Amino acid sequence: MDSRKFRAMNRRELLKLTPLLALGAFAIPKLQTPLLKAGLGFSDWASARLFRGSHLAPTFADSELTPFNKFPINDYDVDDPQVDFDRWTLTVSGAVQKPGDYTLAQISQLPKITQNTKHICVEGWDVIGRFGGARLSDFLRMVGADTTARFLYVECADDYYESLDMATALHPQSLLCYEMYGQPLTREHGAPLRLTLPTKIGYKQAKYLTDLKVTNVLERVGYWEDQGYSSFYGL
Amino acid sequence: MATATVTVEDAKTGEVTEAVYEHPFIVRFCHWLNVVALFVMVGSGLQIFRAFPSFGAKIPQKDLLNWPKAFALGGWLGGALQWHLTFMWIYIGTGLVYLGYQTFSGNYKQVLFVRRDLPGVWPMLRHYFFFGPKPPMKEAYNPLQKHAYTTVIGLGVLSVVTGLAVWKPVQFSWLAWMMGGFHYARVWHFAIMWAILAFVFGHLVMVALHGWNNFVSMLTGWKKNPEYTVE
Repeated sequence: MDSRKFRAMNRRELLKLTPLLALGAFAIPKLQTPLLKAGLGFSDWASARLFRGSHLAPTFADSELTPFNKFPINDYDVDDPQVDFDRWTLTVSGAVQKPGDYTLAQISQLPKITQNTKHICVEGWDVIGRFGGARLSDFLRMVGADTTARFLYVECADDYYESLDMATALHPQSLLCYEMYGQPLTREHGAPLRLTLPTKIGYKQAKYLTDLKVTNVLERVGYWEDQGYSSFYGL
Repeated sequence: MATATVTVEDAKTGEVTEAVYEHPFIVRFCHWLNVVALFVMVGSGLQIFRAFPSFGAKIPQKDLLNWPKAFALGGWLGGALQWHLTFMWIYIGTGLVYLGYQTFSGNYKQVLFVRRDLPGVWPMLRHYFFFGPKPPMKEAYNPLQKHAYTTVIGLGVLSVVTGLAVWKPVQFSWLAWMMGGFHYARVWHFAIMWAILAFVFGHLVMVALHGWNNFVSMLTGWKKNPEYTVE
């Protein structure tokens, strides 16, 4: 083969690789944000497909529990938002037949579930805790929620807010938690009521709940999600 | 797969050289795509690690190492997770296309370390590290190269499998369980990254030592004056 022909052939082969330059789009600030948002969105879509409502998160023996004093307290601002327990209610609104204010006494009348499950933080650490409370699905039935609605939205005493897909809300291990390690929830851990969701990452498991809404439309997704974290983050 | 060879005749001098088509297009494309994907996965992975640079308890927290932010990608945990959860699809896709192509084209024979390669390991080690003579070569890769490439492809698969256990320790609880639970899946995922980086380091040293002609073959597929004789 003539050397010029050989060089031309080499050039053609090299040019075939040029589609790879499209990855450079990730280096352009204007395109980077939407591209990464799309990538994260695709991961969330895949997460939702992978979620199985009947698949239980592993549970653990009492001997495997992380000692209570070594169960981390994570907040975004204050450990104790000074909830007035005597006047506290959970305000329920949205697509429910019985909206209104629900007391802790009403919630604790629902069958109590106690489970030793793993709490995994987005930072990478994990602990095993003992959580007690009412099934979120039982509570939704009690308030006559439309379970064909897409989301649950919650607000907290410390301005934190979160949302949850309905499939996860109806999961048998998703709890409205009022007990940890057999004791009433402490203020730092979210008294009087928090979410315990063994199929979700830690930041989804909001503390100091004050409001719960059943809805098809989310104005805000969650405190961390609205800053760029995964919206679904199912484990 | 038979390797295509041509003789190239210089238009001016009439000098004749051999050239061999060493790397099919899909392999080259996947190689360079993987360079980018791996770079992003490692960079963002290290930024994610910075959020909790430990494999022990959260309380009390003992950091394993303080990885410098300058050598991480994403700026903060949320940003790094966006990069990681976006490029993991490119990383996995590249791997699947590569493995599929190698398997069905038969080109895997070029890189797969098999029993037949065993006798050639010691002569090659002797050549690299103890000034032994260079063993004659009849194919693109020597036994040590095949061993390195086979191993790193296996590590690539393991990086995905361990990553899946870290990302979905509940849906794939059996996978996490096989690795000793979420906690150890995270340890494995981290360790495998360093093993891949050790390969990358060795690979880059060898590429530098073997010069431009060898490097270009991963771009164009063609290698002039191959060190081996094709049978």
